Amino acid sequence: MYGKGLRPLSIATVAMLALSLSLVFFYAPLDADQGFVQKIFYLHVPLAIVALIGFVIGGIFAIAHLRTDNRKWDAYSYVAIHISVIFGVAVLITGGIWAKASWGHWWVWDEPTLVSFLIVFLLYATYYPFRYAIEDRDRQARYASVFAITAGAFVPLNFMAVRMAESLVHPRTFATANGGLPGEMMFTFLCSLAAMALLWTTLVKFELTAKSASGQVKRLRRALDAPVSGGSSRIAPEVS
Amino acid sequence: MLELAAILPLGAPALPLDEAGKYVAGAYIVFVVLLVVYVAIMAAKVQRIERELREVASFAEQRKGADREEVNA
Amino acid sequence: MTPSRTAFAAILAKDLRSELRTLQSLPAMALFAVTTFVIFRFGLDRTSLSGSLASGVLWATLLFAAVLGINRLFVAEREEGGFDAIRLAPIDRSVLFAAKVSALLVYLLALELVTVPIFAIFFLDDAAGLGPLLAVLLLADLGLAATGTLISSMAVNSRARDLLVPLVLLPLVVPLMIGATGATEPLLAAGGPSYDRFGTWLMVLGLYDLIFGLVGYAVFDFLLED
Repeated sequence: MYGKGLRPLSIATVAMLALSLSLVFFYAPLDADQGFVQKIFYLHVPLAIVALIGFVIGGIFAIAHLRTDNRKWDAYSYVAIHISVIFGVAVLITGGIWAKASWGHWWVWDEPTLVSFLIVFLLYATYYPFRYAIEDRDRQARYASVFAITAGAFVPLNFMAVRMAESLVHPRTFATANGGLPGEMMFTFLCSLAAMALLWTTLVKFELTAKSASGQVKRLRRALDAPVSGGSSRIAPEVS
Repeated sequence: MLELAAILPLGAPALPLDEAGKYVAGAYIVFVVLLVVYVAIMAAKVQRIERELREVASFAEQRKGADREEVNA
Repeated sequence: MTPSRTAFAAILAKDLRSELRTLQSLPAMALFAVTTFVIFRFGLDRTSLSGSLASGVLWATLLFAAVLGINRLFVAEREEGGFDAIRLAPIDRSVLFAAKVSALLVYLLALELVTVPIFAIFFLDDAAGLGPLLAVLLLADLGLAATGTLISSMAVNSRARDLLVPLVLLPLVVPLMIGATGATEPLLAAGGPSYDRFGTWLMVLGLYDLIFGLVGYAVFDFLLED
């Protein structure tokens, strides 16, 4: 039963989001260097952290899929990656807005975290055409799991490599964002992080519940020998 | 403004509040829009599930009616 | 020799012999690379390269030429039932992975044996950096071979196989390119080779090789299931 616990989870998410937004605009102090623009940080960075962890979780689900051969793990892996990709779009757009406001350009190559995130995003964007290209559903699920595991291992390695490439070029003026954060900012940041993590979990659960409902309808159809409805997705794994 | 630029270390000087506000608002708006788009897509999915359930329910009722006729005949 | 080692040697020998006899991929890869050098000469409007430009042109070209070879890596297995053979054989299936990685490594080194001197003749004023470049080439090739073999083995069973390999492979080898160009750039610097962070970059490459070699070896079994 995927829908179980969805309501309290979504209520917690809304509460946390409301709390974080209030903290961001009414509690957190103004940054000395960047001024009001720094407020984007409370949106952009938690989205990025949650997306990256989401990708790794997708890889962990994929390991479970290969070990247990139970297709539900493939569905979990797919949904985890899917929601993280959507978060990734938000990360890149808000990152661009932040860059424009801070540096005057919509994209900057000197921010290693942003660049490394772009590369990870580009990789996971290929997950969909990759799945689409493999027709046999069993094989598709297996290969997708291999992809998710490989890509999950890639995330930390890529982050490290990109960081090394940039470290001598420009000192990181956003270092204040992660390093010496004053107490109020850190608290606000942590609340935002929790809110985004809750949001991710709620959306994953939501997506799985919808898939499960779809699967139950199919199951009902089969049990009643009712005619099968129109086409189902070629890549999204089914949940039953 | 120019004095500020001379004092601040590295990077660009902070934007004035009204300009900065537009960027911050833009970023949060992007977030909200993406969220709402996702909800809209999920709404479409739920609609489809509702439609399919309706079809299956009427199919099942039809069959139940047909079975009863067979039994009675 | 244990059965696994015999199988490994046999598969590797078969691959190398087949390539030597038919010369399907290697000449094409080399020709492609040299032509790409010419395109870069005109695209950048330069006849002499050093530092980051030289490093970038060399590695971008090698990478794209490698993709050509990677696309064709498992075609023989697919068409002649090599996958079934290895499924039936009483050995660890990851042996096929190890053998293919080694074969691809040999192809890449052969490619570089031909194209790097040509690159030096075309663009470099000073060949002193080429010696230490060998170490960079070796480590980068190893990583490219591991990741390339993994992706190729999945792509060969799909539609749009030639599209899939470059699409998925390129983001995956970005850290490899970062390490390779990071090490190569000071080697080809205008004033003579320098070893700025050379050891660090070699370690990054080595780490990549280790991680992707292990991941590939661990998951390959699942790729061969029917």
